[in-house]
Amino acid sequence: MNHWITLPVLIPFVAAILIEIVGRHHIGARRVLAVCAGLGTIAAGAYMLLRTHQGEIFTYAMGGWEAPFGVALVADGLSALLVTLTGVVSLFAALYSMNRHDTKGKFFHFFLQMQVAGICGAVLTGDLFSLFVCFEIMLLASYNLLVYTGEERGLKAGVHYVILNLAGSALFLVAIGTLYGVTGTLNLADMALRVGELGPEDTALVRAGGLLLMVVFMLKAAVLPLHLWLPNVYGSATAPVAAFFAILTKVGVYAILRVSTLVFGSEAGVAADVLAPYLLPLAALTLALGMLGALGSLRLRKALGFLIVASIGTMLMSIGLYTPEGIAAGLYYLVHSTLGIAMLFLLVDLIARQRGEKDDRLVVARAPAQRALLGLLFFAGAIAVVGLPPLSGFLGKVWVLQASLMTPHVVVVWVAILLTSVLALVALSRAGSLIFWKGEEADDEERVPRATAFELLPVFGLLACLILYTLFSGPAAELCMMIAEGLLSPGDYIEAVMGVRP
Amino acid sequence: MEALIASAIAVLGGSGIYLVLRARTFTVILGLALLAIAVNLFLLSMGRVAPGHAPVIEEGLELGAYVDPLPQAVVLTAIVIGFAMMSFAVVLAITAHFVTGTDHLDGEETS
Repeated sequence: MNHWITLPVLIPFVAAILIEIVGRHHIGARRVLAVCAGLGTIAAGAYMLLRTHQGEIFTYAMGGWEAPFGVALVADGLSALLVTLTGVVSLFAALYSMNRHDTKGKFFHFFLQMQVAGICGAVLTGDLFSLFVCFEIMLLASYNLLVYTGEERGLKAGVHYVILNLAGSALFLVAIGTLYGVTGTLNLADMALRVGELGPEDTALVRAGGLLLMVVFMLKAAVLPLHLWLPNVYGSATAPVAAFFAILTKVGVYAILRVSTLVFGSEAGVAADVLAPYLLPLAALTLALGMLGALGSLRLRKALGFLIVASIGTMLMSIGLYTPEGIAAGLYYLVHSTLGIAMLFLLVDLIARQRGEKDDRLVVARAPAQRALLGLLFFAGAIAVVGLPPLSGFLGKVWVLQASLMTPHVVVVWVAILLTSVLALVALSRAGSLIFWKGEEADDEERVPRATAFELLPVFGLLACLILYTLFSGPAAELCMMIAEGLLSPGDYIEAVMGVRP
Repeated sequence: MEALIASAIAVLGGSGIYLVLRARTFTVILGLALLAIAVNLFLLSMGRVAPGHAPVIEEGLELGAYVDPLPQAVVLTAIVIGFAMMSFAVVLAITAHFVTGTDHLDGEETS
């Protein structure tokens, strides 16, 4: 048995419980445990990557109940990649929170680890209903992380966020019920087999169920027209929470990618390519609207929220090509944009604090006390997010453009990406020049809180990750390509879980 | 039986959606509760509507006298999760009411 597959869920879950038992009255113990859990998740993810990077797929039957009767955990390259990424972002979010943020409420580290457990569970499970359960764990933790400080701003955004996601969960259950009613199974691999055998009389039901499921995933991923919740929520969360939420939307992208290629791929008979006609146009519109939103934002945090929407648009547009290169480029961009946005969210917190009352508003105000240092960091982060050379955003966008060359969608993709890159450039250079160049010198330099080395560590850490990711683009691109090819020929996945080839 | 369950789901779901679209947290949460009940009924009926039969396989059992146990297990889990989420939403709404001084969804009166 491959017991190690459970580690990415168990490590943060056990850590969360220990944080509450051992660290109940000791903030130090909570912090040590949080860092250990972050490192442990990264280690588990790295080990998974090591085992799966050749394309092998490992399965684990929970409780010894073999698929399709029990819940199967499946480790492949895609889940390994997302587990590692989650671990990295959670570690830096936990490190950054140790400056002022994790003492604003009692349960920060507990909910952070629970959310890691939920995300890892969601990317590992091979069962549709477990996916729902893991989504709920992840969401409940995220609700709490949003409001843990008890501040008015978070509560206002929290009410919207919770209600929207409760409605989304209801829709998720309807989709699960419909698909179970048609196929008689909840295991994704088994469902892929059964969907292929359905007769034309079931076409309407299975397609409706599949599309309902995609709507729910698009709500999580913030795809147009379900993106309106995101900028407000991310803009109202504290910095480490917002940085960690950068991974939250990617779970929606993961679910879209997994289910639409495995169950509703091109070999799915009457339900084949159920999402393909809609994904690319929706993603292009999401990208355009996200960038316009970033341009029109009056606060820097909200602008970053819109940049997340835009990055989701970019990666889903690439994935929406449904070619190996397209999916690989989308995955490459996914890792890059998560790291880049997380870094900017942490940095903006430092900038906003040094500007005093004006916080992150995009108006002329006091310049940050550490103008040169923070300015350079902001410059680096902006280059990464806009997609200028030399960082990995540039490589990602070029790859997306290249991937679309031989497809009928080449015009849409090129126009959307090139135009919106200009918009992003304008938005971020306006923000940068407003804050750093037009900012007035502070009169009383003494009272301005300067960022300590420990506060800067997570920002530099994420920047270092970005630089490493750029330097090791070759292996990373090979890995993405391997994952993409595996996704588009789901036979291996189905055989690993069910023991039969379709 | 099918008609009864189907219309119950329709009425509950319809009222739920209507209430969710209101502007006060209390009605919205009530609407979400109705929606959750409608969804749970829908899930339960997805196995097959077969009243009076147990989801247990016995010696010499006819397949017509058997119901699928899986939707029942799924509904049980969905009810538990739904209950947890609902209680969280209630607590959040009350806290937001205390902090913002209004039960409007936006945290401020718009009129």
